[in-house]
Amino acid sequence: MEHAYDITLTVNGAAVSRRVPARLHLIDFLRENLELTGSHTGCEHGVCGACTVRVNGDIVRGCLMLAVQANGCRVDTIEGLSDSKELAGLQKAFHQKNALQCGFCTPGMLMAAQDLLLRGKKVSREEIRTHISGNYCRCTGYQAIVDAIEEVMQTEVPHGQG
Amino acid sequence: MKAPAFAYAKPASLLEAFALLQNPNAKILAGGQSLIPSLNMRLSSPELLVDITGLPGLSEIKLSNGFVRIGALVTHTRMEQSAEIKKHIPLLAQAVPHIAHAAIRNRGTIGGSLALADPAAEYPACAVALEAVFHIKGKQGERRVKATEFFKDLFETDLTPGELLVAAEFPVAEKSDRSVFLELTRRHGDYAIIGLAAHNSRIVFFGAGAKPVVAGNAALKKTLKEAKEALKEDLDPPADLYNSSATKLYLAGVLLERAWNTLTT
Repeated sequence: MEHAYDITLTVNGAAVSRRVPARLHLIDFLRENLELTGSHTGCEHGVCGACTVRVNGDIVRGCLMLAVQANGCRVDTIEGLSDSKELAGLQKAFHQKNALQCGFCTPGMLMAAQDLLLRGKKVSREEIRTHISGNYCRCTGYQAIVDAIEEVMQTEVPHGQG
Repeated sequence: MKAPAFAYAKPASLLEAFALLQNPNAKILAGGQSLIPSLNMRLSSPELLVDITGLPGLSEIKLSNGFVRIGALVTHTRMEQSAEIKKHIPLLAQAVPHIAHAAIRNRGTIGGSLALADPAAEYPACAVALEAVFHIKGKQGERRVKATEFFKDLFETDLTPGELLVAAEFPVAEKSDRSVFLELTRRHGDYAIIGLAAHNSRIVFFGAGAKPVVAGNAALKKTLKEAKEALKEDLDPPADLYNSSATKLYLAGVLLERAWNTLTT
């Protein structure tokens, strides 16, 4: 039997109220109910990172959280962060460095990369790789992705930290 | 895949939670980073999920009387950021970065990891090495169980239906104590092929059996060579998809060698 619950949350700054089945994943809620299809549904068991979104400021797996658990939360997706220009530097660097090919992983990759940049510390390529180890890319071999993140880190993260 | 249908409740008090957990087909939902994948893959089909993240008093890290008490709902990220844990329980501080990835550490909880008792998980082995004590609450009241007695078998613990693991208490490390945490994975954040959590002479392996395995014979040896030899008596690791039992046993020896100098000097 399907059980449904009323939820109210903020998505990319806008208040949203819907009735959702308990088993509906946050990622499917965003994609199918709100038509925010920038975040992707990949493996559906938390391995690939394509569904990465922000909940209350922290990145999470959209497939490992139920929509009903996001009741009362602030959710930000790639659409919101792109529109607000928060990701402008990363998006430009990904483009210039050829850090995407098919683009399936890119929204999740950008969310994970921005999470690292927000820590305000310059880190090594090795640490960049560790941070994005939960986001799979089957096209690029990661080299260009690490190049892009490293470049933004050099230009945007203030000196004297890390 | 998509999870099967279930009902959902988010109790605001322990009493309310215990009432909901009377349903024999209810499951406790904390961070959900293991439960939700198992629902998505339809390995589990509960009637009701009881979301305990709204319960008060389960999210604190508190230092008192030589112990650090960690509430069940403390996330891996908070463990990673905690100054108390870094200072007082260095073994846990070393272990946390090995757990999955940032997006998962933001939601996964210590209580969830301990209660699930995945044989490849980091915290159960640390809790056994550190001789932690778990606080368990149920309708009948509260009880305490030693980590060394809590883990029973593959995904089996001392918890009975309707009970909740509410906190874990770890002894504060002394200056002279030696802690080493090591884990071998194909890629950062993957499940451990094999791992070692050691505190002084308590050397515990994970990914090496149905539950954390104490290498009691190896720990008694004076030299590394003898200790590695003794591991054959301590461990009989089950093969996984990629590694044979013999490979795992060999790798356990590699980890012991890497830890040996720190533990014995």
